[in-house]
Formats: sequence, C-alpha cells, structure tokens
Amino acid sequence: MGQILLDGIVKSYGKVVVVKNLDLTVQPGEFLTILGPSGCGKTTTLRMIAGLEEPDQGAIKLNDKVVFSRNNGVVVPPEARHLGLIFQSYALWPHMTVAKNITLALKEQKISKSEIAQRLENALDMVQLTGYAERYPSELSGGQQQRVAVARLIALRPSILLMDEPLSNLDAKLRTEMRASLKRLHRDLGATTVYVTHDQIEALTLSDRIIIMNEGQIMQEGSPYDIYHHPANIFVAEFIGDPGINLFKGTISNGMLDCGAISIPLPTTIANRGGNLIAGIRPEKIKVSETAKNGWQEVTTGILQPTGANTILEVKAEDIPITLLQTGFITLSENTPLWIDFETDALSFFNTQTQENLRNEVS
Amino acid sequence: MIKAPIGSGKPAFWSVQNISYQAYRLKTRPELIIGVLALCFLSFVVLVPLLQIIQDAFTFQSYDLSYEPDGVVGSFTLFHIDRVFNQPISTALFYKPLLNSLKMGFAVTAIALVVGFSLAWLMVRTNVHFKGVFGAMLVFPYMMPSWVMAIAWLSLFKNDRIGGSEGLLTYLTGIQAPDWVAYGIFPIVITLALHYYAYAYLLISGALATVDSELEEAGATSGMGKWKRIRVITMPLLMPAIGSAIVLTFIRILGTFGTPALLGLPVRFFTFSTQIYASINARNQGDAFVLALVLIVLAISFIWINSRIIGVRKSYVTMTGKGFRKSESDLGKMRWPITILVILFLCMTVALPLILLLWESLTLIPGNYSISNLTTYFWNGKGNINLAYGEPGIIHNKGILEALFNSIKLGFAAALFNGVLGLLVGYAVVRGRGARLSKWLEAIAFAPYIFPSIALGAIYIGMFSTNIGPVPALYGTFTILVLITVIKNLPFTSRTGIAAILQIHQSLEEAARVQGIGWFRRMFRIIIPLSMSGLVAGMLLTFITAMRELSLIILLISPGNMVLTGLIFSYQEMDMSQHSSAVTLMLVLLIIVISVIVRLITRSAGVGRLNVT
Ligand SMILES: Nc1ncnc2c1ncn2[C@@H]1O[C@H](COP(=O)(O)OP(=O)(O)O)[C@@H](O)[C@H]1O
Ligand SMILES: [Mg+2]
Repeated sequence: MGQILLDGIVKSYGKVVVVKNLDLTVQPGEFLTILGPSGCGKTTTLRMIAGLEEPDQGAIKLNDKVVFSRNNGVVVPPEARHLGLIFQSYALWPHMTVAKNITLALKEQKISKSEIAQRLENALDMVQLTGYAERYPSELSGGQQQRVAVARLIALRPSILLMDEPLSNLDAKLRTEMRASLKRLHRDLGATTVYVTHDQIEALTLSDRIIIMNEGQIMQEGSPYDIYHHPANIFVAEFIGDPGINLFKGTISNGMLDCGAISIPLPTTIANRGGNLIAGIRPEKIKVSETAKNGWQEVTTGILQPTGANTILEVKAEDIPITLLQTGFITLSENTPLWIDFETDALSFFNTQTQENLRNEVS
Repeated sequence: MIKAPIGSGKPAFWSVQNISYQAYRLKTRPELIIGVLALCFLSFVVLVPLLQIIQDAFTFQSYDLSYEPDGVVGSFTLFHIDRVFNQPISTALFYKPLLNSLKMGFAVTAIALVVGFSLAWLMVRTNVHFKGVFGAMLVFPYMMPSWVMAIAWLSLFKNDRIGGSEGLLTYLTGIQAPDWVAYGIFPIVITLALHYYAYAYLLISGALATVDSELEEAGATSGMGKWKRIRVITMPLLMPAIGSAIVLTFIRILGTFGTPALLGLPVRFFTFSTQIYASINARNQGDAFVLALVLIVLAISFIWINSRIIGVRKSYVTMTGKGFRKSESDLGKMRWPITILVILFLCMTVALPLILLLWESLTLIPGNYSISNLTTYFWNGKGNINLAYGEPGIIHNKGILEALFNSIKLGFAAALFNGVLGLLVGYAVVRGRGARLSKWLEAIAFAPYIFPSIALGAIYIGMFSTNIGPVPALYGTFTILVLITVIKNLPFTSRTGIAAILQIHQSLEEAARVQGIGWFRRMFRIIIPLSMSGLVAGMLLTFITAMRELSLIILLISPGNMVLTGLIFSYQEMDMSQHSSAVTLMLVLLIIVISVIVRLITRSAGVGRLNVT
C-alpha cells in the first residue's frame, strides 16, 4: 500500500511542454520532496497524481492499481483515487465550520456517527485545534487554517498524502514550527508523502528523498545529503545551498585548475583529463585564516553578513568573487587581507559543455 | 531507475484504447458532459428556430395560396421576399415601418442616453441631495413594464379621434390634444425614453463608480485641468459602458411592442414590431418572418457599427451591481435647484404614471375625473352588464386571477430554470476554460441578446407551431412562454453564472473531489451555497423581467396561456381603460412587493455574509 509510480508522463499546455517524460517511483511510507524553481512543473505533476490534470501520455499507478494509462484507456477520477491533498491556498470551504470542513467527506463514506465524532476529535487534537470546531475559516489565523487543512487530511486517513507548498503562505517563524509538526505528522501516520516546494530548507529538513526538477525534467534525485554534497550538475549545485555554491571556471595545468587569480588543487583522475572545467565548492568548505599560511591564497574582504550563529563573508581574489561561511559572529573592516584554503574532498567538478558533474561521467 | 511496466505512449485515435480512454475521461470531467448537453439544448432552442424561419421565409406556404393560387405548397419561392421588398404593398409593409423603427430607435436611444448619463453623473460625481432615495427611485422604471408610461400618457392626452373617452387634459381644460401629441412618433419617443433611461443610468453609474479611483490617481500626478481630465481619462473609460447602453437600448427599442402598439396603431403608425404583429394576425406569417429576419440583421449591423465607432470590441457588457464610491464635486449654488429638478423628473416618470393609473382605475365613467365619479367597482365590483361589457372587478374576475396566477407561475418558473441553466452554463464555461466547447457555449448563451424580443417571438411561432420529432407543438402552451423567457434572459443569467463560478476558487471544488465527494454533492454542498447570492440576484432580475414582459410573448399568448401583461393589452385594445389601469397597477405593486421580500429573505439568510476568495 502507498506506492506511487509515474511512467513516461508528458504534459503540455498548448504548445508548451510543461512536464517532459517523467519517471518516478515513491516507495510506501517514503517522504519525497519535489523541489524546483517556480514554474518548473511541480504543481502540474502533483495534480496529475491526484487526477486533477490529465497527462497527454504515460501511466500512473497508485497502491498497485493503474489509475491512469493513456495507452490502455484507463482514467480513474480523483474522487476514486483515495488520496489526501493539501493545496497551497488550503482550500477550506468558507461557508462551513471547521468541524464541517473536516467531516464532510467522512459523511460521504457512510462512516458511523460515533466514528466520525471520534475522528474529528482525534484530528483536531493532533493539530492542536481542540475547541475550534465551531469556528469559520475566516475567524482563524493563517497558521490555524493551515492546520485545519491538515486535520481534514488526517481524518480521512489516506495512505498517500500530497502537499503543494503548504507552508508558503505562512510567515518565517510559523513556517519553522509547522515544518516540525509536518515531520511529526508523517512519522505518526506513516503515509507515503509527496511534498512540493521551491524552498530548499523545507526539502532538506523534511525529506527522505529529494527530486530536483527544472523545466519539466528531473535534474537529480537522491537523499538530501547526496543532493547537497554531490550535485549532479551545475543547475542543482547553484539551486541548492544558501549562501550559494562558489563556481570557478578554469584550465587544467600542472595538476591544478588555473582560474586566474586563484588556482584549485585537483585529484589526479581529473587532472589527467586536461582542458577546461568548472570547480564548485560550498562556502563552508573553504578554510579561512587571518594570517598568511603556506600554500593558502590571499583574498581581501568585502561585505560581511553576520546572521548570529554564522557569518557570510564576501571576499575577492583580485576580480574573482568568493563567498565564505564561517561559524561565529565575525566583524572585520572592509579590505582586510585573509587567506583561504579549499577542502579538496569537498570539491565538485563539472564539464563546461554538458554542465554535468564529472563523477557521473566516470561511473 | 526501474521502469514501471504499465505502458506509456499514446495510442492511435480510432483504437479501442483511445475510445475507451475518451469514455473514461468523461467521468473525470463533468463540465464536459454538462457543456455538451447545454450546447445541444441551446442549439435546439436558439439556432434551429432561426434556421427554421429562414427556411419558411423561402418556402411557399399554404396561406400564400390566396395570393398566388397556382403556387406549389412546400416549394422554394422568393414570393415573401418579393412582397416585402419589391411590390406596391412593400411601402406600407416594410419601408415605412423600417423608417419609423429607425427614427424611434435613434431618437429614444439618444434621449435615454443623455438623461441616463446626466443622472448617473449627478448621482455618482456630485453632492446632489437625497442620493439614497433617488438611487432607489431611479431604477423603478426597470421594475415596470415599458408601456406603463404609454397608458399614463393616454390617460392624460387621449383625444376624441378614436372615439371612446377622453383624457384628463380634455376633462380639465376642454382642449383636445392635437393628434401628434396624443399619438404617433412624438409620444412614443417621449414615453419610451422616460422608461429606458434607467438602463443607461444603471450601466453608466456602475462604470462611473469604478472609474473614480483611477481618475483621481492619474489626475493628481499629471496636473491636468478638470475638463481635460474628463475628456482624456473619464470618457474613454466610460466608453464601454456607454457603448453597451447604446446597444442595449437600441435593440430593446427595435423589439419593443407595447408602446408603439398603444400610441401608434390608432393613427396607423407602424413600426417593425407592430407590423410583425399585424402580419401574423392577418395570417401572413411569411411576411412576418422576413421582417423578423431583417430586424435581426438590423440589430447585428447596429452592434457591428457601434463597436466600430466606439472602438471597443465588447461593447455589450451586461449589467452588474457594483457599490458606488464617494468622490463628489460640489454643485455650489446649483445644489438645491438641481435636486428639485431631479425630484420633478422622478415625479413625472415614477409618481405621476402610478397616480394616473390609480385614478383611472377608480373612475366609474371613463373620461370623468371628478371626485363624485370615483368608485372601487373595477377593483371589487361583481360585474354589471352596463359597465365595461359586464366584466367584473379584479378580485371577482376569474380571467384576471387566472392570468395573475399564470404571471406569477411564469416569473417563478423562468427564474428557477434561468437560475439552474445559468449555473450550469457558468460551471461548464468556467471549468472548461480554454477549450472550444467553452467558447461555443458562452457564445450561444449570449446569442439571444441580439434577437429583438418581437423577432424572437416570431421565430418561436415558426418553430413550435408543429411538433418536431418527440417535441410536441408548443404553440399556445404555457411551456413556450417559460421557454422563450428563459432563453431571452439567458445572456444575463449565464453572465451571472459565469461571474459567480469565477468567484469560487477552483481548489475549493478540487479539495472536495480528492476527498471522494461526488459531483452532485459538490454542487449542492459547495458550488451552489457559494454562488447563491449572485444567483439569487440574477433570478430576481429574471422574475421581474418575466412578470413585466409583453413584446417577447405577445405573439405567443392565447386565451389558454394568458398572463397579466397580455390581458392588460387586450383591455387597452378594447378601450377598457379602468380595467387595464387597475391590472397594471396590481402588476407593478406585485413586482415591487416580491422583489422586496426576496431581498429581505436573502439578506436575513446571511447569503451576503460570505467572503469568497
Ligand atoms: N492551466 C494551465 N494552462 C496553461 N499553462 C499552465 C497551466 N497550469 C500551469 N501552466 C504552466 O505550466 C508551467 C508549470 O506550472 P506549475 O506546475 O504550476 O509550476 P510550479 O508549481 O512548479 O510553480 C508554468 O509555466 C505555468 O505557466
Ligand atoms: Mg506551484
């Protein structure tokens, strides 16, 4: 129960192909996040799983049952797919109380009155809204409305949950709180979850597995750790991480990547290739010293952005900008000289033409 | 990645898989089913009748035998065309009515527009007194039949030309009003304009109220003078509303029957509408069909020319009820004089006709307006052979009470069907947005707008005088009155329906879908409750129009399906002015009372409380 399979899904609006030949498997109980910039086709994908949009081609299987196959002439309407969906706008019915919002679908299913009351109480309890049953949605705050939408889902007990940017309408603080409670919810219900977001923090903190999507195609799929540390291509490398990854374009010479003002040490397998490539390194993987060290390269400081626990440093090696991330609250005046060193095993290398990570080419 | 073994790709169009896919697909797209059904129904009741009278107009009919005994019934003929356009009789049949209709149309439209515009400007953009009361009174004509003014006019100015009693003017002064004052184009234009200004007023004041904010911002930043601002900013923004007011008024005038009949027929002043009526009565249906077609062509060309001149493609926006915003200029010393002018105007257009009707209905001997001649006989008399052909007063008059019942039934039935149809069309159009079906449906639901009322009536005679397949001949039945009223009002109600559904965010319904709630329950639990306030307003409008309609149904009523408006017209034709006045007054009061009740009920039911995003 709870498996989702997408096979060769294509979807276009008019001439614009929005989802291009998408294959995807979600294992039972897994928390999968689809992460991508706005307009890349995330919502469309989710809506096709729910049955609210029809793919032009391909097949979809939920819980071991084919619910859509263009080829075999099968379309199961959303009403019969038995899954839970949380909309970005929550989609609470404004003319019904919280209790009615939660129980409307239950009444449809010929569930006994006592059972319905029980489930309502449980669901409200889980989202900490006990006592709000008789309120109307317009009498609730944004966070509370979001929790009602969650409670509506809980009460139905679907084995598959779909969520479309459920936190994007909340302010930053509430978002962190709700993130934790969504994670708890997933653990408690054990339902297969597909979560759509453009916010990488949500993706990294919540997911078992992340799919990075761009222009209707999967750019990379993998664990949060993999995605962060081994981006499959330059798009993923740049998309993930805040502050963003440093990319240096250079030419291989003498076992080093010569980028002009700086040069980066290369592992031998890569140094042997010759030619051009792009090296990437995350800001926190560059070591910093206030005094000159042997083999370290000199830079001068620009803007500093202390965020409390960490500080983001914009520095320059001649005209090459580099972003650094250091722990602690650092204050330095502008144009102070610093020395930096790259953690060699944290480097990623990309082909300048294909923009793919060289790891993938070798394997 | 392991490929799921469930087959991707796209099958051929005629394959079993594709056909079964398309069939399955319907299950997930209820709007498609509704759309197709609605499109079929509307084509049957709008397009088919139109094609039918085109065919009839070019077919030799049995009633033509009296003119051309050797014609072959059922064969193709240009006989009707020839008679209407190209014979000695054509002058009386076609050219004069055409000229009269055009004169009437242009004159009324111009006056109504000027009056409506001035009033709208006064009400929205100035500090004239008593706005609340005026606002309520100015839309009064909308609730009355358009020919109430004509009946009132006759009460005032009737002269001895056609025999029978004379009007109040003659009674008070002894002077006979000249013919051109009592009958013909002059009184027709005046009385129609004093009714139809209400449409221009409603449309333009709505637009004016929404233009305000934009005007203020632009004016404040660019430092334009007041008049330049009005000319450069306000007028162009008002153009769509003015354009729609022009089109709406002109088409309604082309199709209007009551007023030209009451004030024109006594002096043999014919317009298209009265000529169509006369031709049908003379059993020359072919002539009537040709005239109706010309009328439709005229309406379409007018819309086209108007949109060319105004330069707005959709210059036929329908009415919406928007709240007015305050941003008033000071009238200064003119504030009271202008207020008094408006009061006089309202007295003339609203109070005076109603008072005249009441007075007329209370006179025992027609034409004698003295206190001693007052009686309540025409309200509660039991019938007296010496009075009005022995016709009893309203409350004892079986014919009137039956017509009253029919009118109310017609109003409710039309409102109900219009509400349902408007909702379904709105649902199918909005949910199917982007598809061709949605566009067609929207277009055909709007098509009746361009049929002048009398022409639509003529079309329906042609269509439903015999049975069509399983549909029985509907001529003379109550059903056909409901049908034609529903169709004529569909442009407005489908607009209301579309607006109402657009207001309900799609996700509200989708949330219910994924939770397993079926289509009917979604409609009843979510869509209908959330669109209720808009729908009720639209249905009330249909109810009012249905109750006061004459032009649309005059060709279709018979003793078997008589309604109040038809009865009033026949009383008037028989010169039974007390009866016609009493019934008219009753009708107007009924419409007002029911509108007020509906407003009160819907407000207390909390329909307005909802705030849908
Ligand atoms: N109903 C629609 N009609 C036309 N284009 C659409 C429709 N829905 C989405 N699109 C387009 O498809 C692309 C993907 O949309 P969406 O799936 O909503 O992106 P995301 O959720 O990733 O932001 C966008 O470019 C959007 O403009
Ligand atoms: Mg989206």
